[in-house]
Amino acid sequence: MSKDIDGPRWLLAELTYKCPLQCPYCSNPTDYTKYSSELTTSEWISTMRQARDLGAVQLGFSGGEPLVRTDLEQLVEAAREMGFYTNLITSGVGMDAERVARLKQAGLDHIQISFQASDEVLNDRFAGTRAFQHKKEMAREVKAQGYPMVLNFVLYRDNIDRVEEIMDLALELEADQVELANTQYYGWALHNREVLLPTKDQLVRARASAERYQDEYKDQCRFIYVIPDYYETRPKACMSGWGKIFLNIAPDGSALPCQGARQMAHIDFPNVRDVSLEDIWFGSDAFNVYRGESWMRDPCRTCDHRHEDFGGCRCQAYQLTGDARNADPVCSLSPDHKKITQAVTMAQNQQPDNSVKVAFRNPKNSKLFERSEAG
Amino acid sequence: MTENTPLKINTGFRLQWEPAQESHVLLYPEGMVKLSSAAAEILGLVDGQRSLIDITHLLSEKFPEADLAEDVKEFVEVAITKGWIS
Repeated sequence: MSKDIDGPRWLLAELTYKCPLQCPYCSNPTDYTKYSSELTTSEWISTMRQARDLGAVQLGFSGGEPLVRTDLEQLVEAAREMGFYTNLITSGVGMDAERVARLKQAGLDHIQISFQASDEVLNDRFAGTRAFQHKKEMAREVKAQGYPMVLNFVLYRDNIDRVEEIMDLALELEADQVELANTQYYGWALHNREVLLPTKDQLVRARASAERYQDEYKDQCRFIYVIPDYYETRPKACMSGWGKIFLNIAPDGSALPCQGARQMAHIDFPNVRDVSLEDIWFGSDAFNVYRGESWMRDPCRTCDHRHEDFGGCRCQAYQLTGDARNADPVCSLSPDHKKITQAVTMAQNQQPDNSVKVAFRNPKNSKLFERSEAG
Repeated sequence: MTENTPLKINTGFRLQWEPAQESHVLLYPEGMVKLSSAAAEILGLVDGQRSLIDITHLLSEKFPEADLAEDVKEFVEVAITKGWIS
């Protein structure tokens, strides 16, 4: 591979895996406790500099909870000076009015706050901690200090019927943009899929509600409804293709083509502590392995859709079929598509049943995952 | 909006030259748009003071050969609809 590849455009800086919340659909690896070492402030600044030089321009500070890092303001300031458009992706826990002001002063461009539901009981049950009232206060503070505000609601079986209440809450908090993001089933969410996956009827209703609000409140707020790929027959063009625009740096400095990739045990992901980002992006096996189309198998290899969807999501293919080179099983042309339809049928037939146990994302459960892998 | 209303770039949007893409981009929460040189010329003149008339006038001076008025108006309308400017 040579430099006819474009540089990254999006840098997601996962500053830490530490988080006060325990959402059972967290995008962090299930065995995150294995990676406890974190890049230092100067290592992050050097990484951001290198990414910027390669052409990255959107920068998300994420985690875990990025507010856990006490050097966040310093990192924002450095990033802003480099010309990044800086986003803070946060639960709001660990924030107060003063910190919002300090981040503003450091040049932070926008803040995205996640909610788990539209009411306190459900929100705090899925967050695994009391957070709802504080989140609301912080959302108001963010608006009061003149930021554009994005709210993110992950949708799942227990909250999706309340999508109108969710949108009402967003309007009340004067959000500029709201992501109604159906759960993506990786890692923790895949493990908890039985509890989280909504039924087709639920989705049809939620979508109709979202469309109604999109129309009715179009001058006030932008509602973005992210469809769940389990109910599709064509896969998503995940990350616009492997190693195409997106670069994720994990807390320990591992460079990943997406947040889910770390589960692929057969890939040795390079670390910014050892190798320059330029070498990682253009030259590493990890970033080249599923770039372009040469890695594809049937049915993708000769499929007309391959230039648009790039065979879907490599992580989904890996975790559901055991080989990342297979077509994303969401695709109806995949020989493994039944793995998706079976999950959907299960969701359809499942009675409300509190006996199904949710695995919350916390160090105790993560250590169990670590051990089961080692075993 | 009338032709005399001062236009501004909305909060959260930023116009910036990107050497790696050899173009101007408009940055906003969760996204960016790569701009044509014409779009960048227009947005570059949106400063919270100038109106559509002012912008058209300035561009006509800069590019006297072209008849820009309709294109500028059309782009400004699109940019307003997309929430980039107001």
